[in-house]
Formats: sequence, C-alpha cells, structure tokens
Amino acid sequence: MAECHPVGFQWVMEAKAKGAKVIHVDPRFTRTSAVADLHVPLRAGSDIALLGALVNYVLSEGKEFREYVVAYTNAATLVGEDFRDTEDLDGLFSGYDADKHIYDPSSWQYEGSEVAAAAGHRDAQYSDRAGEDSSEGQQRSGGGQSHGSGGPSISGDPERDETLQHPRSVFQVLKRHFARYTPQMVEEVCGVPQDVFRQMAEAITANSGRDRTTAFVYAVGWTHHTVGVQYIRTAAILQTLLGNIGRPGGGIMALRGHASIQGSTDIPTLFNILPGYIPMPHAHRHENLADFVQADAGTKGYWGNMPAYTISLLKSWWGDAATADNDYCFDYLPRLTGDHGTYNTVMRQIDEGGGGYFVVGENPAVGSANAKMQRRGMANLDWLVVRDFQMIESATWWLDGPEIETGEMRTEDIGTEVFFLPAAAHTEKSGSFTNTQRMLQWHHQAVEPAGDARSELWFYYHLGRIIREKLAGSTDPRDRPLLDLTWDYPTEGPVAEPSAETVLAEINGRDADGNPLSAYTALKDDGSTSCGCWIYCGVYADGENQAARRKPGQEQSWVAPEWGWAWPANRRILYNRASADPAGKPWSERKAYVWWDEDQGKWTGHDVPDFQPTKRPDYQPPDGAKAEDALRGTDPFIMQSDGKAWLFAPAGLTDGPMPAHYEPEESPFENAFYAQQSNPARETHSRPDNRYHPSGDKPGSDVFPYVFTTYRLTEHHTAGGMSRFQSYLSELQPEFFCEISPELAAERGLEHLGWATIVTARTAIEARVLVTERMTPLTVRGRTIHQVGLPYHWGSNGLTTGDAANELVSIALDPNVHIQETKAATCDIQPGRRPRGPQLLEYVAGYRQRAGIDELTGTEANRR
Amino acid sequence: MTATTHRSSNPAAQLGYDQPPARKGFFTDTSICIGCKACEVACKEWNMVPEDGLELSGMSYDNTQGLGASTWRHVAFIEQPKSLGGQESNLQHEGVDALALAGGMATSPAPSTRTQVDLGMPGTVLPGAEGDAGTATPFRWLMESDVCKHCTHAACLDVCPTGALFRTEFGTVVVQDDVCNGCGYCVPACPYGVIEKREGPTGNDAVGLAQKCTLCYDRLKGDLEPACAKACPTKSIQFGDLDELRERAQVRVDQLVAAGETGARLYGHDPDDGVGGTGAMFLLLDEPEVYGLPPDPVVTTRDLPEMWRRAVLAAVTMLAGGVAVFARERGNR
Amino acid sequence: MVPDANFTSYYGRPVVKPSPWTADIPAYLFMGGLAGGSSLLGAGADLSGRPMLRRGARLAALGALSGSFYALVHDLGRPARFHHMLRVAKATSPMSVGTWILTAYGPMAGLAAVSEATPFLSRRMRRSVLGRRLPTVGRAAGLVAAGLGPAVASYTAVLLADTATPTWHAARRDLPLVFVGSASAAAGGMGLILASPQEAGPARRMAIAGAALDLAASHTMESGMGVTVEPLHEGRAGTLLKAAKAFTTAGAALAAVGRRRRDVSALAGVSLLAGSVCTRFGLFEAGQQSARDPRYTVVPQRERLDQHARAHTPG
Repeated sequence: MAECHPVGFQWVMEAKAKGAKVIHVDPRFTRTSAVADLHVPLRAGSDIALLGALVNYVLSEGKEFREYVVAYTNAATLVGEDFRDTEDLDGLFSGYDADKHIYDPSSWQYEGSEVAAAAGHRDAQYSDRAGEDSSEGQQRSGGGQSHGSGGPSISGDPERDETLQHPRSVFQVLKRHFARYTPQMVEEVCGVPQDVFRQMAEAITANSGRDRTTAFVYAVGWTHHTVGVQYIRTAAILQTLLGNIGRPGGGIMALRGHASIQGSTDIPTLFNILPGYIPMPHAHRHENLADFVQADAGTKGYWGNMPAYTISLLKSWWGDAATADNDYCFDYLPRLTGDHGTYNTVMRQIDEGGGGYFVVGENPAVGSANAKMQRRGMANLDWLVVRDFQMIESATWWLDGPEIETGEMRTEDIGTEVFFLPAAAHTEKSGSFTNTQRMLQWHHQAVEPAGDARSELWFYYHLGRIIREKLAGSTDPRDRPLLDLTWDYPTEGPVAEPSAETVLAEINGRDADGNPLSAYTALKDDGSTSCGCWIYCGVYADGENQAARRKPGQEQSWVAPEWGWAWPANRRILYNRASADPAGKPWSERKAYVWWDEDQGKWTGHDVPDFQPTKRPDYQPPDGAKAEDALRGTDPFIMQSDGKAWLFAPAGLTDGPMPAHYEPEESPFENAFYAQQSNPARETHSRPDNRYHPSGDKPGSDVFPYVFTTYRLTEHHTAGGMSRFQSYLSELQPEFFCEISPELAAERGLEHLGWATIVTARTAIEARVLVTERMTPLTVRGRTIHQVGLPYHWGSNGLTTGDAANELVSIALDPNVHIQETKAATCDIQPGRRPRGPQLLEYVAGYRQRAGIDELTGTEANRR
Repeated sequence: MTATTHRSSNPAAQLGYDQPPARKGFFTDTSICIGCKACEVACKEWNMVPEDGLELSGMSYDNTQGLGASTWRHVAFIEQPKSLGGQESNLQHEGVDALALAGGMATSPAPSTRTQVDLGMPGTVLPGAEGDAGTATPFRWLMESDVCKHCTHAACLDVCPTGALFRTEFGTVVVQDDVCNGCGYCVPACPYGVIEKREGPTGNDAVGLAQKCTLCYDRLKGDLEPACAKACPTKSIQFGDLDELRERAQVRVDQLVAAGETGARLYGHDPDDGVGGTGAMFLLLDEPEVYGLPPDPVVTTRDLPEMWRRAVLAAVTMLAGGVAVFARERGNR
Repeated sequence: MVPDANFTSYYGRPVVKPSPWTADIPAYLFMGGLAGGSSLLGAGADLSGRPMLRRGARLAALGALSGSFYALVHDLGRPARFHHMLRVAKATSPMSVGTWILTAYGPMAGLAAVSEATPFLSRRMRRSVLGRRLPTVGRAAGLVAAGLGPAVASYTAVLLADTATPTWHAARRDLPLVFVGSASAAAGGMGLILASPQEAGPARRMAIAGAALDLAASHTMESGMGVTVEPLHEGRAGTLLKAAKAFTTAGAALAAVGRRRRDVSALAGVSLLAGSVCTRFGLFEAGQQSARDPRYTVVPQRERLDQHARAHTPG
C-alpha cells in the first residue's frame, strides 16, 4: 500500500502511531513491509491457503464473534441437501460440467428457498425464473456475464438453525470445508512458517470483537488470479466471522489501480453492468423489462426496488421518449450475447478482424496480459482511436513494436487506421473522483488544456453530437436509441467544454418537476423520476454539488461527513446497522457508530444509518412485505435478499459457493489440498500465441522452475503513460529491472546490475538485475522456491524504456470477472540479454519444445 | 533538561532583521518515511529544478544518489542485515555472499573503495543466524529524505565572497541566483556535501551557479509550507518553528527508544554541535554515516581565526625572509 | 600510525563534495605565490640597487599576477560577474579577503612593473611630470606590493584550508608556511633565471630558504594530519608531491652549488619553479581525492566522537 498508494498510506501510518499493528503479506519486502510490524512473505498465488487457514483458526478455536455471526450472517441458514463440497468431490463442488468447464450453481441454494445474488452473476437462473426454455445464451457464451446485485426469495424464508449445530447449517458446512486449512498446510503451501502464521492469526483475532476491529486492505495482488474473486470471498468470510463488517475500523478495502476506478465501476466502463450495478440484459428471446427485473432482482432487500432504479435510469437517458407504453425504451439497451470482455474482444480481433477500437487512458500494448496478442488484435482492425497524454506504445506498435523487430509484422502490411487524440489531464477539466470508500471528490479545472488536448467528456459529448447530427432525419428504427437520447448539455469556455456539473446533476436525478432528488429512496417506478445512477442519487441534493464540499476534518466530527460525498446517501460505512447489536445498542462504547434511539424512535449515530431510519430493531416483516420492508429489524445487510452477510454464497459466483485453494494456471507445485489442480471453472484460451506451461509434477514443468509476479513501483504509474514521459519520475526509476534474491542470483549466475532474460512460453524479455535480500527464498513442500519480481511499467516509448513484463503473462482468466492472472506464473531466468529479431522467436520456441508444450498443456480437463 | 534550555534564537535576529519571525526548519522523522520520493518530485516541480540523469544506480531504490545542484531533496534507501525494533521481516536467507555482491557493485558507477567497506548492500548474515534454517534473517529497509541542513553556522554562507548566499528572516540559508558568480567556494565548504554548482549547457537555468534547497523561501514568504513537507504523505517531513520541532523530535525519539528502537537518535538538534545545530533535524535509526551524513560535522570557519593567525605568521615569515635575504647581502658588502 | 579503520558509508559515496575547481585554481595558487614572492624580491632589488633583478622580478610579478587573474576569472561559473566579489568584504570568506588583497596588491605590482617602461619612453615623455615621477612612483608602488606580496602568497593556504575538504582542512596549521615556502622558492627560482649571478644573490638565498621552509613545513604538516595524510601519498597527488619534493630539493641544491654559473642557476630556477607547480597541483589534487572518498570524512569524525565519548565515560 505504501508502494502503490502512498497518499492513502498516511492513514495507516496514523493508525500505527495510535497503536495499530500493521501486518503486511507480500511475496517481496516492499516499502510497506519496511514500516510494518510483521511482514509475511508467501508464495505468490497461495493466499487462499493462508486466508482459509485464518478462517479455520477462527472456527476451530471458537474465535468468531458469535452473537454477530448468529444474528447478522447466514451461518444459521441450512444449505440444500443436494450440495456437495470439495471435501466430497476432491476439489470440486457439486454441479460441475467437466465438458464445458462450468458449474451449474442450482445445488448450492439454501434449503427451502431460492435467493439471487446481491452481486456477481445474477442471470444464472434466468430460465427458471422467467419461465423460458434454456437457450444458448445461458451457456458458456452468455451465461454468467451479467453482474450487479439483487436477490428474490422465490418461496418463503430459508430454514435456519440458530444453534448452528445442524450439519447442513452454513456454519457447519464452512467448518468442514475449511478444516483442512491448517497451519501445517500454510507452511507447506505458502512457505509461511507455522509460528509466523500463528502470530498473525492471534493478532487478528485478538484485535476483533466487541471492543476492537481489524481492517483488511488489498489490491490487484488478490484479484489478478484465475481464482481471484474467491480470494476476496475468503477475506469476506473471515471478516464477517470476526464481526468486522459494517463497523468502524473494520471492512475490506479494495485499493483501486487508478484515480476513480471505483467511479468507473459505479458508472461502469464494464460491458456487463449498467450504472449502479444494475445488470446488463441478455439477449433472451422476447425479454421485456418485467422479465428482466424478475429474473435479476430480488423481492426482498433494496434490490426489490430495481424497477424504480432501472426505469429512472431509462428516463434519464431517453427522457420523454421513455414511456410506460414502450417499456421505457428498455429495448434500446444493448443485449449481451456472450463474453464481451477485453480479452475475448482481443481474441476476436485477431481471429475475425475488422471493427474499431477505442483505447482511452489505457495502454494494452504494455499493460494487458499477453501484450503481443493485444498488438496483434490492434493490427487487425479497421480503425483504432487512442486517447492519451502521450504517444504511448498502444499508438505506435505498428511502427516500432516488438513484432516489427522480430519480423512477425511489417508496417506496410498493417491495415489499421490509427488515430491519436491527445487527452486533457485532471487539472485541465472539472469532474469527480470516486475513491475506494465510495467517496466522490470534485476537482475543479485549473487551466485550459494545451493544444488539441480535450477532456473525455468533451470527446464523447461532441462525438455524440456529431453522430446525432449525421443521423438527423433518419427513419431507420436502429437509429432511434441515438436520436432519442437526452444529449443537451450546455458547453462553456473556449473549447466548448460540456458542463461536468450538469452531467452530475443528471446523474443525481430529478423529480417530476425537474427538481434535484436528495436520496434514492425517492426514486419511483412509474416514470416520474429520472436518475443516471441510483446509488449516486443525492450527490446533487438541494441543487448543490455535494462532492465539492471540503470542510476540513478538524472542523467537523471524526466521521467527517462534510468532506466530499459518499454513495449511497453520504454513508461512510456501508451496512452500519451491524455496528449495533441486534437490540440496537452499540457493541461497545469504544466502537459505537450507529444505534437505535428509543426516545426518538429512530436510528442515529455518527454516520448516516444504512437502514430504514425508523425501522425498530424488533421489527418483523408482515406477510407479503416487499423490498426493504421484507427485512427484519436485525437484518443489516439490506442489499441482500435475506438481509444477511453471506459466509456461504448460494448464488452469484461461477466457481463455487465457498473459496478453495487452487494453484495458479502455472505453478511449480501440485495442489496440496485437492486432486483438482487449478480452478476448474477458470477460462483458458490455449492457442499458438497463448500457450501454457506444465505445472506441478507434469513433465517439462522444470523448464520453468521459478515463480514470477508483476507489480508496481511508487515512482511509476501502471503502463507508464503518465510517468515514463515525465523526467522527474523517470529519473527516479530509470530502467526496467527484475528483483531477485541473492540465492537465486547465485543459482543462475546473475549479477547485480547485469542483465537477465526472463522466459515463458509466450516470449522472453530482458531486464537489469537488482539482487536484494528483500526477495526471499521460501520453502514450499520441502523445496526451495525462488520468486522473480517484475515491475510492469516499461515499454519502448518515453524517457525510460524497457521490455514490458506483460509480454510474459498468459491469458488465463478468473471465470467471474474475466481478469487475467498476472500475479503468479512460472518462468525461467538466465543471465544476459535476450536474443534479438527472429532469433527471439526461435529461442522461445526452443523452450516450448523442451517443456513439451502443446495445445493441451495447462488445459487438460483440469484434473490431474 | 527542559525544552526551554534548547531554545535557540533565530540567527536572523543578529543580522539586522527587524523582529524576524520564529526560525523555520524541518524535522525529518525517518522512522515513518515510506520512500515514496514525493518530496523529491514536489521539490523539483515547485522550484523548477531540472532532471539530472537517468541512471540505474543499483543502490536499492535510490537512483537519485545524493543531494546536488539539481537534487534538493534526496531519499536514501539502506537495506541492512539488522532488525528494526519490534519488526519481523521473516526473510529467510542462508549465508549470503555479500562480497560477491559487492563485487557486482564494482560494475556500477559507484566508486569501489580500497578498504573493506559496508556498501549498505545486501549483507552478510549476522553471526548466530547462519545455517539455522527457518530462522528469519535480520533485515530492515531504512529510508531517509535528506535535505540542506540550513546550519546555524553555515559554512557556505560564511565563505561566499559575493554575498549571494544570505540568511533569510526565517533563519534559512538561500542562494541569490542573480548575485552568485559561480566561484564554487561554497561547494567544498559545506560539511554535508549539499550545495553544488549546476552543470549543463550554458544558458540553461542557473547553470554555473551554486544551487541548493531554499527551504522554499518564496513559499514561506507567501505563508505556505515548503513543497516537500506539503507533499509528504506520512508527515515524515515536518515543517515549522524550529524550537517547536525540536521538542516534537525529542518526544518522538523518546517514544521510539521506549518502544525498543534503541538505535533511534536525533541528528542536528544540538545547538552545541559543530555547526551550532541545524535548521533541518533528523530522527535517524542508525549512525549518520549509514545515511551518508557526516557523524560529527564542523563548520570549517570555526577554525578560521587560527587559520588567519597561521597565515599572518607565514606572511610575516616570508616578509622577514625577504628582508633578510637582502639584509645579509648588505651586511656582506 | 594510522589505524586501518573500518567504517560505514552510504554505498561508498562521498559525504562532502570535492570543490568544482579545475587546473585554474592550483595554477592560481602557484602564480599568486610567484607574484607575491617576486614583488618582495623586486622591491629588495630596487632598494639594493640591482636593476636587472628588479626589472625581472617586477615583470615576473606582473606576468604571474595577470595569469592568476585570468585563472581566477576563468574558473567562475559566470566570469562576467567577477566584480560581484567587490560588492562585499567578508573576513569569514578567504576568497573575499583574497579578492581585496589582490585588489590592493594588483595595481601596485602593476605600477611597479609599468615603471620599468621608463627607459623606453620618448624623451618628451620622460621629461613630463609623470615621466619624471615614474621611477619614484614605481619604487613606492613596489614597496607596497612587497608588503602585500607575502599576504598574496599565504592567504591562498587559508582559501584551501577553510573548507570541509578533509585533507586541506587537516593541513590548516602548516599549509600557509608550506605555501610561502613554495612561493619564495618559486620567486627565488625565477630571480635566478632572470638575473645575472652578480645580482642574483638574494634570489638564490630566497630560493634556498623557501625550499627549505617548504620541505620542513610539509614534513611537520604531514605528521599531524592523521588518516587524511594518505591522499598526499597516493594517486596523482602522490606522484605530483613526490615530484615536487624532488624538484624542490634538486633546485635548492643546484642553486647552492651554481653560485657562479648562470646556466646552473637557471636550471635551479626552472627546477624550483617546477617544484612549486607540483606542490600546488599535488596539494590541490590530494584535497580533491580526500573529498571523493568518504573514509577521510567519516573516520576522523568518528575518531573524534569516540575520543569524546571515552573522555566522558566514567571509570
């Protein structure tokens, strides 16, 4: 965190100064480790083993926050009889289709009830719920693409056993599932000595409960895995068991990779969600708004209001054109026909060619896995638009990319028409950043952008304006969605910049009279309200930009509600009903946050209560209650259809209702937990340009004996577009390097500051060598394992240049979110520089041959 | 000793400033530095200091390598086979061949030294830890943001023959670019190796002139804190009234020592040291020389009266000799 | 004995910065010394009626002065701002003091040299008020220059010593004596070259005495420098200072034996001048070397601290 989020790390240092213990888990000793109390180096890709053992420690030692767990989680809920655990099936859950490599999650449901996910894959049971025959869209190509939240209880309440003793209670299922996650296994699999593990486990459990809370912070070191979503799930289970959710000082903080990446999922740049985590509709036959809502939303919890959120969104986009008669233009929304994620798109570019591509503030030729495939895709387009501050590699690969050097591409053969459009920086435009705490902070334009540089808002507004002008008068029904859009933003200044604040006001939403709404609870499903993103409703309350508030911390309460604005409804901690006990009293004075005030008959506290303000703690829903009214006064997790935090996820995930340790796609080790080597539902794409290594005991795995992991340095920003072109940053880390331990240096004859060549089945890159004790060998399953650290910032352009680490990485994806596994894979490392030109291809081909790699390697039925 | 006995008046007070403000300075607490180098970048941005070389040094993450004409803040990185008080690194190295690694250093631009020198590179395992598999190797990673010390007795200012270097009302020491003629005398005079003549193509900004940290004199005039302190995310760099900073520093070092960080010490806080105390104090976790700081710096001009006496003696000797060589001749005639 | 101290540094990087000065500065040290000594010699020759020695010494002083002035200005980062040194007078800055000594000395040495032009003036000019007074003015100026000359020769030692450069600062006590010795030897040597044996007696004595002082003072100096003496014996500085010793010793010996022979005297003069050049460049370089190696900064300071700690440890 100090390494990649130094500004946010000030709060960790402040907490440390107040006595907090900082534990840092990372394969390498980083700038965070330097100031941590405890550094726990582990083998990259083994975190579920570690986190799972923490879960087991809590369960087997009885360290869970029992009262919290019983009241606020689904621990007491019974799982259906059909469910089979990895314990029963040696690493698989019930419902696995070995031919298609996907799960049918229906056997994971609760006993006597069916819930939909509040997040994740909500369309999985579409046909059951909407009463349609199963179609192709349900399968691999389309199934599980939609994301978001929600959850209907189709029939009644799930059965519960408040004693947690029922063998099919979630608590007991969990206990059995995690029983094999022992300290011995942590030592075996992660390379973390048992005493270090115990130290960590004791510190976390001692610091959780009524009086104390523990927070987890993670970044893409957890997510970039073929089983990445389950990493976060494991942490969520642990934190829920310890009662660290919905309480001050608790939680799991996702550190995002860029400013406002949180904002770009809230109002998404993702293909499978609509603003506010409303799922994107699928291309089912005859689907209408009602079917869509019924299939994807719940009737209990706040997702029960999904019709209001969705219709308000449609009204925001299509205004007067959206009416009850035309289903509020629901048909104007595009439909999913499959995985339209970035990697699938790139493969289609390579295989099918044609089409256009907007690359905006990204540098896939450097920053995405298997960078060669990224460039090959871009070389097969009709046109490519790159919007960036600098002439990044994704704009110049056709002239000087690695494939030009190897002769795989010739500039004159490339048909893609490339447009480079300079972008304005955040100081040159107004707008908001949404940080990981869901807080929006407004930034004001300081200067006009130089030259032709323009903001994103300017670009898309004027692009839309021009397209609409060109289409004006068209009678083709397919142009209606564009022509009916509300696209009337006022512009200002010398470059006709659209007013960002007007856009914010539109996102906030308006009532029937056009007045700004102040909370999402005011949204209606009758078309009388409009709202561009229901969770942002209130950011423009009273016609004022609430995100622009900057009242200093010392002038307000410690929660600082008047600094910026946090969604939803300016709540700083989500689900904060859980900070009080079931009776509505704070768990402890020290951790008092939100509580029930009997005199006033409402919830009160330091923050905006994340609960219906006057719902009594002893409230029991009457029969037939809907949405939030269907939740009890003791159900803090109000977005969930059962109001509970899920220790076991009966829906929403594609790769299991509970996390299980699987080895990365490429690993030097067999899975010590199960016969199942790696995530059975992971997405592999074995093709000549994306071959995988043999893992574990398979022949040839010794050709790639080391683990490598990629990461960032403080001095550079992601794929380098914002740092490698800046002299003040470039001089701080002026060259691409790899970090290795002295032991690995000795083993491979690598010299400090000399050159190293790092090889995978994809390609080989070269880097200067930094030998450092910060990289430690680990003992895993009785063997010494070395890890190679690769910062991924470099490319061929800019003031400081070097090979891109992502050239090495394969496209192997998490099945839930299609994220690539950049954090753990295998490689070889050799002293000296890499071969040049066509010799590089021969060199890498030689490796593939020696390792016996073919199209089946790394994909074989996923069972060893 | 109470804090009041530490109080030093602003040296500007003796220089004819009419009621100068309290002496300003830095307290750099290296125990909470995270090595982000925001100070380096903020300093360069604000003061328009040029980039000075894209060279991978191999000195841990320090590619800046030291203070100089175009580096007014420098973050040092020291990887040490020692434990940080209370920290467990859990790194497991067996008998690392530090000499072989130091040999690797010889290919780097860093000068090799004749005697056995601790390069601060990955080092040897401490006695006792060797061969004990599973036992964590002592290790810590120290970081320190270095800066001009703004000495109470500033040698650079003393020896400057043009008056380009001057003491501001804040008690800081600043070069006036329009006065400096680049004689370079301040460079060897500085006991910390801070100030330097800027190299580069003639005509570029301040080339040929002595350059160093101004403690953001322009910002101070505008009631703003220096750029580095402003940018520091962890408050490792603290700016303020020096007397108050000194008290804060003492509290902090006592706290650390009490917490078991026995190596914690202050540097530059003592008004009785060789430079009369500095305007930029540091909390260090090891000996100053580990960070590249002189362990006992002395302002060279402290010895100047003696030097002048010896010079006069020499001149008189020469003059007397000159008379003598003729006088003897005359007597001989 | 110098202990082979182990010490810690930051990646072997220097603690202090070497001066940014190049050959200009040691050349200046040499020429300033030569000028100062020559003025002294010139004035003596003037008073003692040695016209040839007087003329040679005065012109040598002017020549050396011009050279040193050039070196001084050339060394500046902004030569056009040389006059900024005349804005202030600071006793704490040897360079400022030196500037003012030179400012006083330069015109006097110049005037003394210019007065040597009297014989070459036209009759009318010789008879003019100025022309008639020129020799008197020259004598007076020469005497003032002679009075300031030793200061010119010796202040430069303070210029070097008043730095954090370990070897220079450690040499502070005896460096002025070394410098005036070297200056006297050089000026005497120049006198031996320029004057006939009949007139060269004082120059010879000055040369021999100067050389002796240089060697003796150097010896004393080195014995008190601790570890910082090492650079005087190593690298380029070591070579130069070895040569300096050889040239100076040989020059003094030749001067002593070549009493009657102009060619031997001239050779002695050249050898002494070379000795002085080597002394200045050697000492300059030794300082630069000492600044580049953290050992010479850290070890003496560490010893000082340890001594201090021992002195304050009870029992």
